[in-house]
Amino acid sequence: MAVDLTVNGATRAVRSPGDVPLLYVLRDELGLTGAKYGCGSGHCGSCTVLLDGLAVRACVIPVDAVGGREVTTLEGLRATDGGPHALHGAFLAEQAGQCAYCIPGMIMTAAGLLGENPAPGDRDIRLALDGNLCRCGSHNRILRAVRRAAAEMAT
Amino acid sequence: MSAAAPALDRRGLLRAGGWLALAFTLRGAAPAAAQDGKPRLPGSLAANRDLDAWIRIGADGSVTLLTGKVELGQGILTALAQLCADELDVDLARLRIVSGDTALSPNEGVTAGSFSMSNGGTAVRLAAAEVRSILLDMAAERLGVPRGRLTVSDGTVTDPDTGRTTTYWELLGDRRIEREATAAVPPKPAAERRLIGRPVPRLDLPAKLAGEPGAFLHDLRPEGMVHGRVVRPPSYGASLVEVDAGPALALPGVLKVVRDGSFLAVIAEGEWTAIKAAEVLSAAARWEERDTLPTDAGAHDWLLAAPARVIPIKDDKRPDGAAAGRRFEATYRRPYQMHASVGPSVALGEMGADGKLTVHTHSQSVFETAAAIAGMLGQPPESVRCVHVAGSGCYGHNGADDAAADAALLARALPGRPVRVQWSREDEHAWEPYGAAMVIKVAAELDDRGDVRDWTYDLWSTPHGTRPGGKPGNLLPARHLASPHAVPEPQNGGPPNYAADRNAIAAYAFPGQRVATHFVTDMPVRVSSHRGLGAYANVFAIECFMDELAVAAGSDPLEYRLRQMKDERARAVMVRAAERFGWSAYDRQPGRGRGIAYARYKNVAAYCAVCVEAEVERGSGAIRVTRAVVAADAGEAVNPDGLANQLEGGLIQSLSWSLMEGVRFDRRRILSRDWADYPILTFSEVPPVEVAIVDRPGQPFLGAGEASQGPTAAALANAVFDACGARVRDLPLERGRVVQALES
Repeated sequence: MAVDLTVNGATRAVRSPGDVPLLYVLRDELGLTGAKYGCGSGHCGSCTVLLDGLAVRACVIPVDAVGGREVTTLEGLRATDGGPHALHGAFLAEQAGQCAYCIPGMIMTAAGLLGENPAPGDRDIRLALDGNLCRCGSHNRILRAVRRAAAEMAT
Repeated sequence: MSAAAPALDRRGLLRAGGWLALAFTLRGAAPAAAQDGKPRLPGSLAANRDLDAWIRIGADGSVTLLTGKVELGQGILTALAQLCADELDVDLARLRIVSGDTALSPNEGVTAGSFSMSNGGTAVRLAAAEVRSILLDMAAERLGVPRGRLTVSDGTVTDPDTGRTTTYWELLGDRRIEREATAAVPPKPAAERRLIGRPVPRLDLPAKLAGEPGAFLHDLRPEGMVHGRVVRPPSYGASLVEVDAGPALALPGVLKVVRDGSFLAVIAEGEWTAIKAAEVLSAAARWEERDTLPTDAGAHDWLLAAPARVIPIKDDKRPDGAAAGRRFEATYRRPYQMHASVGPSVALGEMGADGKLTVHTHSQSVFETAAAIAGMLGQPPESVRCVHVAGSGCYGHNGADDAAADAALLARALPGRPVRVQWSREDEHAWEPYGAAMVIKVAAELDDRGDVRDWTYDLWSTPHGTRPGGKPGNLLPARHLASPHAVPEPQNGGPPNYAADRNAIAAYAFPGQRVATHFVTDMPVRVSSHRGLGAYANVFAIECFMDELAVAAGSDPLEYRLRQMKDERARAVMVRAAERFGWSAYDRQPGRGRGIAYARYKNVAAYCAVCVEAEVERGSGAIRVTRAVVAADAGEAVNPDGLANQLEGGLIQSLSWSLMEGVRFDRRRILSRDWADYPILTFSEVPPVEVAIVDRPGQPFLGAGEASQGPTAAALANAVFDACGARVRDLPLERGRVVQALES
């Protein structure tokens, strides 16, 4: 049974059965591979997307639970004026990443945080990202990137 | 590549102008060592002597750098591109990079061991300098002016006096440079460098950060792709008794169930279908299991009791026979630890109608993995091509090669369709080869001043290297086939790099030092190359014990090390780390302390010192790392930001290993099967890290990717002791162990 999904501002008719996690619909049916598979159980944050602006784990949300809510993936992440989101430039400026597999999830989690709290403190950022795992040890660069993006968005 | 293009051979060049003879006489290469009658060339040039194995220039103005090294997240391709573009005098943007393609790249073996800059970087730099020199000679001939007058910018050669120009691609046309390297053209002097030594941003990051398709192997979606899932046995010793494939085959979209002995897999049109079908297949499978493991708690006792080959690696007798002084001894232990990549392994295999197999893989050893796969399939080696595409990192031998072998088996079962095999989180946690558990017993005898006179060091370890190496038995699925490939007899690495005994020889100036490796070849738990191999535990043991001895001698731990270390570069990184940390003016508080540790990786690569500050809650034993400093000398730094990223990342990864990581298993099964069972360090636990680089322009590259892990573990344990008096000698430094040490 087809479900209509709103993804990155466009309505997409989806053929996958309703119990398929959103992650597989995005990656395999819609060709949006920004969100990554990491654990399938919501433990690592690699698959993070925004649902009506809130950061969620796409690997544990069945597609039929998404309903009419707006899904935003890394590919569709934009500033409120439609321009590039400050997080993209900030992560590059800080060279935040090594293998970078976890970074799309980091950026989306940070986008959710900045949407709720435009001026987060260090503790807020660490708490928001605490469920996102990085194996290469790029944590401090990621923290700096989020702080940089927040500062840029405030100006 | 332009295989059919006319060759730019020596005779042709001589015909073209005769400059080559001159060039040859001007460059007198000093052969380092004879090999097959030819001088041995530096780094990876030794095995790949042709210049056009490294650099090709197209008539369209493209410049291609070919490398056998692969990007793991360490930034190697950016550093190699800097070397190539700078020495060749072309823009970075003009460069195309072919990396880790067994059909195209020079065979540089494995991307591991912190060798990529010293071997790969050296080769690229010398090859680029030599190609530039050849092209300048050609340009001088073409323009009819003295070579020394010419300038080059982005491949365009200009004679400033006449304003006449030519380009590399005009000079070569469709020809290739068919010449062997001589390694005799010196790299540019420092003042002329544009890119080397600068923090050039990573070339691969923009695509990865933007989520572009193709930036990761996990995201490739070729036309006609299908999804494979392997149903792994429940334990190492399990064999498949029977399975009913019917229910899985009945699911819509399922194409095939593959069974070969205890290798069981399913192929389906959609990924979610493959996942569900694998669950159904797993439920329909009956396995016979056996107890084959020592349990995690019993692993070290097992290791000490197992049959071992004793390999003395150092036996320096103290020259003077003075009477025995104060004697100290201690035992240190390391558990099995995971690579634990955030993205489970993946591979994409396709079998052509001609029987030729292509596997896209994030293996660190594409050449040897291709050979191992060919052996597993019983195919000629040349019929298997491996192509590296970036995956999720960890810096070690994780499941990548096994997934490649899975994809090969499934591609053979379904020719003509690209088959993608994605491991699950549980597959990766339970089946990747782990870093080996180790036991280290060290004893020292001190002189009147408290300095070490005699040092005795014994280590027990299973192997650290079971990478494919061209042998099918090192590939996980090959062991499960109906005609299984046996696990090859593992080897320990010898000098100078070693493996289990990497960094087991202390580099201090001890008058007497004896070191022996007790090498256990039995591997009840699957093991292979974990970042740093044995260096992590050996440096932990040596540098913790040095701290204990410093305390016994009543000396400051930094001063104690400095006075027994003769290598000036070693002393320099220790002093630099201590200065940045504020060692001498440190304000110790109750429950808060500092630790220092040092090692030169492999005793031949980068010098590295680490200072850590930690707070310990005495009641619970909880450790909080509040800050860390790492100082390193990696020779000439090609990309200081990339180097800093490696050093800091290595430090944080080691904090994670050292604070909380150890694989759990009972007699039968691995119990650490997801992130809840095997947690790693998170943002709330990561301290701020300062990196100080001691740059040595003009000095050889010293690999740094594995420099900081060992020193970090020891500096942490030493900081915990300094904070609360608990000497914890077992990794990881879990709360219970801190409390136990406080009570003893």
